Amino acid sequence: MNHLIDAFDVLLDPESWSGPGGFGVRMLEHLWYTALALIISAAIALPVGLMVGHTGRGRALAVISTGLVRALPTLGLITLAALFVGIGLTAPMIAFVVLAVPSILAGAYAGVESVSPATTDVAKAQGMSGWQVLLRVEIPLGLPLIIGGLRNATLQVVATATLAAYVGAGGLGRQLFLGLRTQDYPLMLAASIAVILLAIVLDACFEFSQRLLRRLLGLV
Amino acid sequence: MRMYPAACAGIALLTLSACGGGDPLETDDDAATDDGDSAELVIGSQQYYSNTIIAEIYAQVLENEGHEVQREFEIGQREVYIPELESGAIDVFPEYTGNLAAYLDPDIDSGDPDSVHADLQEVLPEGLETLDYADATDQDSYVVTAEFAEENDLTTVADLAEVDEDLSIAANSEFETRPYGIGGLSETYGVELTLVPVEDSGGPLTLGALLDGDVEVANIYSADPAIEDNDLVILEDTESLVLPQNVVPVVSENVDDEARAALNEVQNVLDQQALLDINAHSQSTQDSPADVAQWWLEDQGMLD
Repeated sequence: MNHLIDAFDVLLDPESWSGPGGFGVRMLEHLWYTALALIISAAIALPVGLMVGHTGRGRALAVISTGLVRALPTLGLITLAALFVGIGLTAPMIAFVVLAVPSILAGAYAGVESVSPATTDVAKAQGMSGWQVLLRVEIPLGLPLIIGGLRNATLQVVATATLAAYVGAGGLGRQLFLGLRTQDYPLMLAASIAVILLAIVLDACFEFSQRLLRRLLGLV
Repeated sequence: MRMYPAACAGIALLTLSACGGGDPLETDDDAATDDGDSAELVIGSQQYYSNTIIAEIYAQVLENEGHEVQREFEIGQREVYIPELESGAIDVFPEYTGNLAAYLDPDIDSGDPDSVHADLQEVLPEGLETLDYADATDQDSYVVTAEFAEENDLTTVADLAEVDEDLSIAANSEFETRPYGIGGLSETYGVELTLVPVEDSGGPLTLGALLDGDVEVANIYSADPAIEDNDLVILEDTESLVLPQNVVPVVSENVDDEARAALNEVQNVLDQQALLDINAHSQSTQDSPADVAQWWLEDQGMLD
């Protein structure tokens, strides 16, 4: 318990938040890595997932490949990538994208598929083109699940972004590794708590936006 | 998987020859097996390939001398195996002078290998002793590429202070706070470095950062074959900022004089080049520690 109390002392000390290596800067870096990984992953996974859900083609491939990719150990992937691209943010970013894509992809195709065939048939019967069905019917109705996929991905990336520090980048992993290596367990715990808080806040944002959406869409 | 049958056969052969050489029931002039009711010596090693090979070398030398040996290799951290040594559950353990001394007394001062070895004797728990330290070290060292050393005329760590550009060093994050880290370099040598933390303890990522030019200096262990393979230069630590880590066996009271003499013989030939050769051989062949140890001992003509 003493470590836990000490960890909160570290977090409550304004000293540890200031400066170029303080918690403040590291937390912003951490958020930035998370956001960047999500933007890249969404740019890849959303179009693919929506098309898979809309056309029903390549579904088996999407399910199997995302399942396989999920089994990759992230630290191993970072190390492997860093051996090719060198240290810095590139290698961990590759790993974070690999981590985030399956969730977003699954959310996207599951979201589109969740729309009842009767609804899409009605849309088609009214003369909507394939694109119109996707953009005006399937995406809006599937949005809660699509955002659910983004929410899962965010949670995974924000919790894993500590590994960026393994190969010379920043983020809250810096404090975590420093604490680990120097047996400074209060510092390590403080960094962990900071990551947990970040994850809770981000998740709460998603929860809020999902509720808002359901209300707007009249799904509640 | 193919190496296992070979390794097993090797161990089996060694065990057989050891039994033939010193059966406690038949030979009465064998000091090793005469005194005490259990002459079996337990040898431990850290969870580190190079350390396990050294332990295996000790084991094979002792077996060659007719001792019975039990291997308890790949025990994790000092927190785990030091108590085992103190309790007498382990008799021989390859260690490194500085780290062991610092583990036993965190306030230990750095110095030359002799003084650190001497300080280590002061802090060793009762019943444990160290034998001669080898010239071979496995310690943190400040490494630069050959081109960079030549360009800036670098031979010692202090020379870094003369380099007229911002320098960064790739090392584990503890380099931030360790006495030999950023602060120590600044205080002792007036060398200002920026830390780029790479957490693989001088492994391929740290090496890559140095070779890619992401950093100018890297913290790589002195027994790492990568130093030779990549033509790297170890900057001389003239002020002994880094605690010397000479290879040294810790032994219990169960290890008799004859066994100690045999181990010291190994210690006397284990110089830096020998340790580098051993590690390089292990990494290039991927042989088991037993095979690597046997290869080296035969090469030295120490097995008969």
